Amino acid sequence: MTYWQETWLILGMTVVTLGVRYPLLAVSGRIKMSKFVREALNYVPVAVLSAIAVPMMLAPGGELNFSIQNEYLLAGIVSVAVAAVSRHLLLTIIVGMSLFLLLRFFV
Amino acid sequence: MGARDSLPVIVGAVPFGIIFGVLAISAGLSPAATLGMSLLVFAGSAQFVAAGLIGQSSALLIIVFTTLVVNLRHALYAASLGPYLAGKPQRWLLPLGFWLTDETYAVVIKRYIKADQSPFKHWYHLGSSIAMYLNWQICTIVGLVAGTRLQDMESWGLEFALAVTFIGIVVPMLRSVPMLACALAAGSLAVLLRDLPHQSGLMLGSLGGIVFALIIQRLPLKKRKAGINDQEASA
Repeated sequence: MTYWQETWLILGMTVVTLGVRYPLLAVSGRIKMSKFVREALNYVPVAVLSAIAVPMMLAPGGELNFSIQNEYLLAGIVSVAVAAVSRHLLLTIIVGMSLFLLLRFFV
Repeated sequence: MGARDSLPVIVGAVPFGIIFGVLAISAGLSPAATLGMSLLVFAGSAQFVAAGLIGQSSALLIIVFTTLVVNLRHALYAASLGPYLAGKPQRWLLPLGFWLTDETYAVVIKRYIKADQSPFKHWYHLGSSIAMYLNWQICTIVGLVAGTRLQDMESWGLEFALAVTFIGIVVPMLRSVPMLACALAAGSLAVLLRDLPHQSGLMLGSLGGIVFALIIQRLPLKKRKAGINDQEASA
């Protein structure tokens, strides 16, 4: 990336992020969001994060790979299990990444 | 006080800050821009996603728009905190808005809803915010130093840390059928649409997941009625 691309990128990200965080903080004492909007916003984190994580597991590098030798898929499935049982973020990351690096470099 | 009570979430944020530094460097962002992003944007998940998109040479507008979508949940936090800050001057609202994160929200909302009438709850909020901010900068620097010093770190597959982090955040949230439906639909759509240009499969997949969840959320009533009818029919 060139210097100017980086500058514009950071400025753009700063503006939209502050644009999301600040205005409602300032006015939400006065306005009310519709139930439908609140319901839809409620699903945003799960939808976006899943849409990012699942392709990384099933198609690392762009090609679908369901084989047992796909360390992304294997470590991903174990991470899901650890997260479901423990509900502990840090533990999930440590177990998931350790297994991933183990499979990648030692198996 | 706010800073002290934020300690667990700060410890939890340490690996993300470091991994962000490493990822951003390996994605091709300069060290100055990596730190600049942490200083000015200060949004962990959005910065992660941006690093991933930069690595895939996505268009700038796509990255900015994705940042907006990934951060939309902060509008909910802001809406929820707003009433507690009603009447506070701009010199309070602007920095607290800028420093709003998942972690700080989780910590301070608990303080705000406590019944006591302490007039200093916004100071608690400020303490948590500043502690998170400083921690994020330090971790970013550690990560970018590691990312520049270590050879071919980008071939280690460390971007997978992003997937694992998101799994750790999302899976505990899947406590209802619509949430589960949302994750499955968004994930499968994103896989199917992965070859669309500029990561638009990510956007379409996310929107698809939300729409699907809203539809599923409206179904159970009918199902339950159908279930009752079935029982009546069998009786």
